[in-house]
Amino acid sequence: MMLARRSDLPLKGDATSRFLPWLVALMVFLSAIAIAGAFVVNGVISRWDRDVSGTLTVQILPVAGDGGEAMTDERVRAAAEVMRRVPGVIAVNPMDKKQTLALLEPWLGSTEVVKDLPLPRLIDVAIDPETRVPLADVAERLAKTVPGASLDDHRVWLSRLISLSLTIQWLAVAVVVLIGGVTSTTVVYATRTGMAVHRDVIEVLHLIGAHDDYVARQFADRAFTLGFSGGLVGLAMAVPTLSAIGWAARRLEGGFLPQMSLPLLGFIAIGLLPAAAGIIAMLAARVTVHGTLARLP
Amino acid sequence: MRHRPIGEDIVRLDCVGLRYGLGPEVLQDVNFALPAGSFHFLTGASGAGKSSLLRLMFLGLRPTRGRVVLFSRDIAQTQRYELPALRRRVGVVFQDFRLLDHLSTLDNVALPLRVRGVKESEVQKHVPELLAWVGLAEQLHSKPPTLSGGQKQRVAIARAVIGRPDLLLADEPTGNVDDHIAMRLLYLFEELNKLGTTILVATHSEQLVQRFAHHPRLHLEHGLVQKVQ
Repeated sequence: MMLARRSDLPLKGDATSRFLPWLVALMVFLSAIAIAGAFVVNGVISRWDRDVSGTLTVQILPVAGDGGEAMTDERVRAAAEVMRRVPGVIAVNPMDKKQTLALLEPWLGSTEVVKDLPLPRLIDVAIDPETRVPLADVAERLAKTVPGASLDDHRVWLSRLISLSLTIQWLAVAVVVLIGGVTSTTVVYATRTGMAVHRDVIEVLHLIGAHDDYVARQFADRAFTLGFSGGLVGLAMAVPTLSAIGWAARRLEGGFLPQMSLPLLGFIAIGLLPAAAGIIAMLAARVTVHGTLARLP
Repeated sequence: MRHRPIGEDIVRLDCVGLRYGLGPEVLQDVNFALPAGSFHFLTGASGAGKSSLLRLMFLGLRPTRGRVVLFSRDIAQTQRYELPALRRRVGVVFQDFRLLDHLSTLDNVALPLRVRGVKESEVQKHVPELLAWVGLAEQLHSKPPTLSGGQKQRVAIARAVIGRPDLLLADEPTGNVDDHIAMRLLYLFEELNKLGTTILVATHSEQLVQRFAHHPRLHLEHGLVQKVQ
């Protein structure tokens, strides 16, 4: 068992033993937040993507002046008819003015002034996700048949959101890599300090025939213990923090944001952080000791 | 312990020179060999370079020039990863003992066995036996800072011989012990020598060398080694 293996070096009393676990704890805490953020953003974007795939929206601009209302209704009917003839369309649901007003109510209220506004009318179109709809042709036909009609497949804003999500994910990866780099560098310097402090002991071990790996293993075991225990502390700090953020986000959602949740893979990734911290510390220590001992005769 | 034919050189130095940094040469054109199974004293005034010469032989230093051959291996041409196996065949009693203060007497003496991966049951059997032999049966679990100079020296000697080395290099091994213990330690070295270990004892004690005058002496002066019969 690595944690119980014998050590000839008095590493337990070193200053490293006091500061390294706390530093690793902070690093694991930050990594957990970054990983959770990346997974949640990815989940939100996927859900949006799923929700809007298979739907199209036809927008009809209102006709102004007397009798404009009736003319607009006529245009909605004509547009709906065009859409029904498109292969792959499953359902066409024109929204009347009342339904349009209901959609706007959370933002504009339900006053009489709003009712008199010339509002564009919407037609919700459901399409078979398996069928490839020639969107450009349909949009052209629609524009020719119905003046003031346009087709929106939501792709423009969704592609921007997806690229935002990708940016956030790469940013999270960069943060985690940076944190790993900082942790390794700290372990390297802590190990070098430890080797300088225990130089006499190391030299004796070296002269009685200890292989470099015999010495490196003792530093590596200690670094793993410190990294892993620090990682557990960091995880213990991250779990309540993430729970609090999740609770606050659920209160905010109110229909505006899709439900935010961490997938199983996210839990696994965060759960593995302490072990990853321990392994990074162990490898950094081992490589450092080998590099330093290689300079001995 | 490996059996080697009598007469084969355990260690040989050819035209060896040593200087520290840009300083003067501490050793100049040192030429000598220790045949397998031999027992030599290395004498010389304080600061003559006895410890440096021993360090070259236990591979704690590389010569500035010349050739060191240990167990028929030219050290300059030996790969670094092969050196621990050679060092394990050399027992060293350091002048300043170099015991590890945080370890017990037992753990200090057990170190050469543990770095070789000897089973813990074997360690627990052989180390107390040897410590009893050097009169430290009561100090198995004492730590070096609580031991007297003479006791530390015996621990250092026990650590050097526990692995039954082919070559034992002792730097002033009797410097801190009374005559009775010094004789006992020298007899221990002679016993080891009879079992095949090649011995080199560095000392500036003329009295000790005279008492064991049947062993040849190498004398180090002005950086040169001369054999004195």
